[in-house]
Amino acid sequence: MKKLSLLTSGIALCAASMAYANDDLISQMDNASQWAIQTGDYKNHRYSELDQINVDNVGDLQVAWTFSTGVLRGHEGSPLVIGDVMYVHTPFPNIVYALDLANEGKILWKYEPKQDPDVIPVMCCDTVYRGVAYADNKIFLHQADTKVVALNAETGAVEWEAINGDPSIGETNTATVLPVKDKVIVGISGGEFGVRGHTTAYDMATGELVWRAYSMGPDEDILVDPENTTHLGTPVGENSGTNTWEGDQWMIGGGTTWGWFSADMDENLFYYGTGNPSTWNPAQRPGDNRWSMTLMARDIDTGVAKWFYQMTPHDEWDYDGVNENILTEQEIDGEMRKLLTHFDRNGLAYTMDRVTGELLVAEKYDPVVNWTTGVDMDPNSDTYGRPAVVAQYSTSQNGEDVNTTGICPAALGTKDQQPAAYSPRTEVFYVPTNHVCMDYEPFRVSYTAGQPYVGATLSMYPAPDSHGGMGNFIAWDNLKGEILWSIPEKFSVWSGALATAGDIVFYGTLEGHLKAVSAETGEELYRFKTPSGIIGNVMTYEHDGRQYVGILSGVGGWAGIGLAAGLTNPNDGLGAVGGYAALSDYTALGGQLTVFALPN
Amino acid sequence: MKTTYGIVALCLAAGLPVTASAEEPVDPALYEVAYSEDGRYFNSDDVPTFNIAEDGTVDWLTFSGFRRYHAECHVCHGPDGEGSTYAPAVKNAAIDLGYDEFFDVVVNGRQNGNSVMPHFGDNRNVMCYLDDIYVYLKARGLDAVPRGRPAKKEAKSDVIREDENACMG
Repeated sequence: MKKLSLLTSGIALCAASMAYANDDLISQMDNASQWAIQTGDYKNHRYSELDQINVDNVGDLQVAWTFSTGVLRGHEGSPLVIGDVMYVHTPFPNIVYALDLANEGKILWKYEPKQDPDVIPVMCCDTVYRGVAYADNKIFLHQADTKVVALNAETGAVEWEAINGDPSIGETNTATVLPVKDKVIVGISGGEFGVRGHTTAYDMATGELVWRAYSMGPDEDILVDPENTTHLGTPVGENSGTNTWEGDQWMIGGGTTWGWFSADMDENLFYYGTGNPSTWNPAQRPGDNRWSMTLMARDIDTGVAKWFYQMTPHDEWDYDGVNENILTEQEIDGEMRKLLTHFDRNGLAYTMDRVTGELLVAEKYDPVVNWTTGVDMDPNSDTYGRPAVVAQYSTSQNGEDVNTTGICPAALGTKDQQPAAYSPRTEVFYVPTNHVCMDYEPFRVSYTAGQPYVGATLSMYPAPDSHGGMGNFIAWDNLKGEILWSIPEKFSVWSGALATAGDIVFYGTLEGHLKAVSAETGEELYRFKTPSGIIGNVMTYEHDGRQYVGILSGVGGWAGIGLAAGLTNPNDGLGAVGGYAALSDYTALGGQLTVFALPN
Repeated sequence: MKTTYGIVALCLAAGLPVTASAEEPVDPALYEVAYSEDGRYFNSDDVPTFNIAEDGTVDWLTFSGFRRYHAECHVCHGPDGEGSTYAPAVKNAAIDLGYDEFFDVVVNGRQNGNSVMPHFGDNRNVMCYLDDIYVYLKARGLDAVPRGRPAKKEAKSDVIREDENACMG
C-alpha cells in the first residue's frame, strides 16, 4: 500500500490548489434546456424538467429536422446539446460533428480521427460507441482504439490525447467517459479477449494519468484499503483481488468496465460495475473470481474503493455487471436514504444504500429468470448476498462439453447497457429489457493475446411460454422490488429511455419506432417509424423556446448480429436466430438523427 | 492428404485446389466421402468432408465445427454462418474458397476498407479446429445440415482427442 499512499498524497496537493473545472458542467447539467451529459445527470436519471411536450399533446409530435451521420453501423448513445451547439458522434471511425442549432444544423466543425482498422475485428459485437462527453469547454472523445481525445468545444482542435489501452491485446472502447471535478474517468472493453479490466482517471486539463484501478489483481493494482474497503459491510481483507482465483488466471481475468458511470458529489464517490470474468468456460477459472461482476463505489480523487458488491460470484452465463447505477433519495421505513438502483444482466434488480454498500432489495425484474431462486438477504448467513444457483441451469455444475438448456435470461441479460430512466415525480424506474433465453455449452479454450478468448457456444431464443416477443418495457418500483406495468415488445428493447416532467416516457425499438408512453400507465401515446432500428438513447433539449426530442437510428450491436440472417424461416429452430431474423422484415442498416417537436 | 494439426504444419499444408461456387451445381466429388480414418472423413482428393447419416447423425468434426464457429466466428458473422449487420455471411466460404484459400484467409486475415477479417494463425482455439470449422461450413453451404445445433453426433474418436490435446498444448 506504500505506493498507493504516495500517489494519494500527491493528488491531494494538486487538488487543493485548483478550482474544479466541472463546476461548469454541473451548472450546464442543471440547465434543463440542454443535454449536457449522456446519462442526463451525474445520478443517471435520464430525466428532463422540460414539459412543453406532455401527456396531453405528445400525440401531435412531428419530425422537425434530421441529420445523416454518414456511417452505417450500430448507433448507441445520444447527441449532447450545450448552448446553441449539438455534438453528434458516430460508431467507428468515431466522427464528431458540432451542429449549429441557431443555423439549421449547419456543421460548425467535424473531427474524424485516424484509427488503425485492425481495431475493428477485436471489438466484440459491432463497433458501437456510446457518445462524447463535455466539460470545461472541451468535448471528450474515447475512440474505439482506446485513445482519449480532448477537443476544443468551439473549434474541434485537439487539446490533448492519451492512450488508455492496447488494441493488439484486445483492449478497445465503446463507453462514454465521466468528466468529474478535475478528472476524466474512463473504462475499457475486451472481456472476450482476456483483457484485465480497469478504470482510469486522467487530468482534465492535461490528459496525464492520475490513477488506475484494476478490477482484479494485487491490492495496489485494485486500489483497495483492505481494512476499510467493505463487501456488504465486512472489510475485504488483503489480496481480495487474487485469492478467489486459481494461479495467474486473474491476469487475463476480464471484469472490463464498458458501462456507465454515476457520481455523488457530496460523498465524493463514483459508481460503476465490472464485467464477466474471462473465459466464458467456468471450469477454467474456479473460485468467485473477485472483483468481476461487481458494483464498485470509489473515491473520485484517489480511486480507492469504499465498497464492493459482487452480484454474480463465479459467473457461468456471461452476466456482465456493467449496467448503469441510478442514484436517488427516497424514503424507506420512514427514513430518507441515499439509494443506488441497478438492473443487472443477471435478471435481478438491486437497491442498495449507496453510502454504505448495504443491500436492501434484490428481486427479479422479469418473471422468467430461472438460474437463481433469489439472493440470501440474511446478514447473519454464511451466504449473505449470494444468489442461490439452480443446479439444472448451472453451466459450471453441469460441466464442460455439456449443453445446458433453457437458461433465462440469455447472455445478453434481462437488460444490457441500454439505460433505464427515473422520474422523481412518479418515483418509478422505466426499464428497457430483453426477454430472451439460451442454451449454453462451455468448453476448453487456450489464451492468445489479442485473440478471442470465449470458450462457450450459445443459442438464444425468445423466452418460452410467454408472449412470443423478445423484449418488454417495464415500470419498476425499486423499494418494493415489483413490476408496476409491462409493455410486451416484438424485439429486445435496446434503446435508452427518457422520462420528462411532461409525465411521458420515450424509448426506441429495434424495428425503428420512437415511442412515447404515459409515465403513469404505460399507455402508448405516440409512435413514429425512423429509418433504421434504434439502439440509441432518447434525449431532449430546448432551443428558442421550443422543446425537441432527439434519437439516433442505426441498427447493430449485439442485437444486429443476427439481423442479416433473415433468409431463413424465423419459425425454424431456436433463436435470437429466428427472432432477430425477422428484424430484416422491418428495417435495414442506417445512421440518422431524427429530431421531433410539436407543430409551430 | 494426412491431416496435420501443428499450427506451422497447417500453414504449409498443400492440398489440391478446389473451386466451386455455391450458386452453381457443386461437383459431388467435392463433398462425397471417399474414405474415413479415425472418425474423420475425406473426399477422393484427401480433403476433409462431412458425413451425415440417414437419421441426421453428424460426424464429430461437423459438430465440433458448429461449436467452434459459434465461439470464435459468430460474434461477427452471425449465427449458423448466415452473416450479420457487422460482417458477411460465410456459410458458402468453404465451398467458394476451397480448402487452401479458406485456410489462407483464416490464418492470415484480410482487409477491404473498414471491413476487416482478423488473422487467426496464432489462435489455437481456431487453428486446432480449423478442419472442424471448414467441414461444418461445407455442410452449411450445401445445406447438408440445417441451422441450429446438430441434434445427433458421432462420438469423438481417441485419435481426434489425442490430436486436440497435442495441438492445444
